[in-house]
Amino acid sequence: MFESLTEKLSDVLKKVTGRGRLSEANIQDALKQVRLALLEADVNYKVVKRLVEDIRHRAVGQEVMGSLTPGQQLIKIVNEELTRLMGETREGLHLIGRPPHCLMLVGLQGSGKTTTAAKLARFLGRQGRHPYLVPADVYRPAAIDQLKRLGSQIGVPVYPTDSDRRPEDICLDALSRAGREGADLLVLDTAGRLHIDVELMAELERIKEKCRPHEILLVADAMTGQDAVNVAKSFDEALDITGVILSKMEGDARGGAALSIKAVTHKPIKFIGVGEKIDALEPFYPDRMASQILGMGDVLSLIEKAQAEFDQQEALKLERKLRKNTFDLDDFLVQLRQMKKLGSLEQILGMLPGMGQLKKLKQFKPDERELIKVEAVINSMTRQERRNYKIINASRKRRIARGSGTSVQDVNRLLKNFAQTKKMMARFAKKGYFNMSSFLG
Amino acid sequence: MFGKRKKEEEGGEKGLFERLRQGLSKTRGSLAGRLDRLFLGRKEITQELLDDLEEILFTSDIGVATTQGLIDSVQDAVSRKALRDPAMVKDALKEQMLSYLHVPPIDHPLPAAGEPHVVMVIGVNGVGKTTTIGKAAHRFKSEGKKVMLVAADTFRAAAVEQLVIWGERVGADVIRQKSGSDPSAVVFDALSAAVSRKVDMVLIDTAGRLHTQKNLMEELQKIRRVAGKKLPGAPHEVWLVLDATTGQNAISQAQIFNEALGVTGIVLTKLDGTAKGGIVIGISKQLGIPIKFIGIGEKLDDLRPFNAEQFVQAVFE
Ligand SMILES: Nc1nc2c(ncn2[C@@H]2O[C@H](COP(=O)(O)OP(=O)(O)O)[C@@H](O)[C@H]2O)c(=O)[nH]1
Ligand SMILES: [Mg+2]
Repeated sequence: MFESLTEKLSDVLKKVTGRGRLSEANIQDALKQVRLALLEADVNYKVVKRLVEDIRHRAVGQEVMGSLTPGQQLIKIVNEELTRLMGETREGLHLIGRPPHCLMLVGLQGSGKTTTAAKLARFLGRQGRHPYLVPADVYRPAAIDQLKRLGSQIGVPVYPTDSDRRPEDICLDALSRAGREGADLLVLDTAGRLHIDVELMAELERIKEKCRPHEILLVADAMTGQDAVNVAKSFDEALDITGVILSKMEGDARGGAALSIKAVTHKPIKFIGVGEKIDALEPFYPDRMASQILGMGDVLSLIEKAQAEFDQQEALKLERKLRKNTFDLDDFLVQLRQMKKLGSLEQILGMLPGMGQLKKLKQFKPDERELIKVEAVINSMTRQERRNYKIINASRKRRIARGSGTSVQDVNRLLKNFAQTKKMMARFAKKGYFNMSSFLG
Repeated sequence: MFGKRKKEEEGGEKGLFERLRQGLSKTRGSLAGRLDRLFLGRKEITQELLDDLEEILFTSDIGVATTQGLIDSVQDAVSRKALRDPAMVKDALKEQMLSYLHVPPIDHPLPAAGEPHVVMVIGVNGVGKTTTIGKAAHRFKSEGKKVMLVAADTFRAAAVEQLVIWGERVGADVIRQKSGSDPSAVVFDALSAAVSRKVDMVLIDTAGRLHTQKNLMEELQKIRRVAGKKLPGAPHEVWLVLDATTGQNAISQAQIFNEALGVTGIVLTKLDGTAKGGIVIGISKQLGIPIKFIGIGEKLDDLRPFNAEQFVQAVFE
């Protein structure tokens, strides 16, 4: 099923043709397939709707990069939007203040809380913490037994209790006992419950009230469908959760639920469960998830390669020009554009030995507005002028300034910077420092 | 709290239907409620109506292929002028869904005289296998059958204890060995015991596993083989438990488990949440495996036979 949809998407992508720029018309069909692919991956309908609009908005008019096909360019944008929505960076646990710290796990029935509790205890134990497992599921038959077993498997103490007590009393008592057990971190395993079960949701609120957990983590099954948003929203509204753990990620679920949960709660996904073994818990990396949801890993790695190749080609071209000292204002412009992608020139040069004194290049870190200005100035030059800046005299400068809507000072500043850059680059190129391809590849 | 069983027979068809509707009220609240609202007061079939319909179907987890199939058939009928107003669209949809849900039962062997009927229950982790077995045991007991539960989930911590508690609740024998032992050995012994104790129904609880784990699937196949060796024809049925909260992956689960073990019926659990249960339609259509029971809660009598008419009725009325 997934296969066929991905295949369809690939087929449609091949048909996104037209050179130069993406247009409303040539991405229409492809966007439709992207939409279906996201729905098939269980991304929530409303989230998909917004996402597709964002993608359309960004894609229309965008230039197609070097060796990419327009279809690949579109997928690149889709992937970037997914990554943005997923959160760019990984977030860990925030366990600050005086221990004992307290982690509370909540979620639907069967989402994997008990196993996750043990996994977390193991994970944090290995980081030098002293966890204490607290079984607060008094409803499911043998749930307390299960946590006890897991605790003894990994050598982590488990708060002793039976199912006759109220969960909030269990948790609170465990909190006061933690010190005596030599523990500095409690992991509360609560019973699975439906988000619409008012009584049981209130019970969680009472536990929160009494124990003031540092983290309240929603454990959600990676295979959850459209309902994921309702579940996540309800738990978040009741408890103001601090993050999410996605369980059962080792299967073949596309994990659209992850995206949906993130989109509606804005809470980070902190860990993923990738197996039944107690070790099978991993930090979550949002960018990897993005490509999984799209199910186009192959296309994406192709795009990455194309991008790297493109950069490398550009770098090689530059290097040759520098060696031959034919670096001109056109190259300069290309270079400035590239810098946005590769980091500042300063950063690039900083990677070369002996570049420490090139502080002056700092002013070249282009911000968007500056870049526009520089572009305008260079575009107002004649071809000859761009090839050989030395012919630009006072009257030419006035003409260029007028043509680009800048001032003669702007033109002067640019020419001065260019001359300096060219000189310095040439010097280092001769010394053989300037092997850009080596640090791009 | 447990064992306080509502008498189903008493209310007859209507009572059962009412309770099914109650159980499905959440489903109704969303899918049916929204469908009703959608069609209420509309005079014409507009693109907007079809778009809204598509949204309802998608958000009910019905899935891309099935939703497109449903919408296409409606659109097709509209363009043939076979459907003239929104009310007819509703009826057409109902009919179409029903035709998807009408899956003939899968033939399975029956036990020889004096031998028990053996059911193997499988599914991914946490979908509700053990609970379903508890509830099903209760159902069969109330039909006057002698029921035995087999703890073949020897992997998950305290899974055996969980089943033992259910056995006590419903009054059924539980055959167990110590945790970590070979599940097919447990099954082999259990079937001997079942024959000698003259048991009518044997329900085998298995360890949850993701369908993508090949070695674990092989373990299930071994259980299957060993059961068949002990009692020719056993297991007579294989129930796949699916969680209604699961999205499109449920179809992948059904496909892979079916290929490996030959599923004879599906049990769809957790329909008491807000999950729409639309996945039922997709699975029936795409895989042709009938839905046997639905789970609408954690109590003893929260397992109900699935009936396509009643389901669609409950969804639409
Ligand atoms: N709300 C609800 N919970 C259910 C249903 N069926 C099972 N559960 C719960 O789901 C959780 C996992 O069930 P369990 O039987 O242990 O799953 P297994 O791992 O497949 O054996 C337990 O907390 C059950 O009480 C149902 O129909 N509705
Ligand atoms: Mg179980």
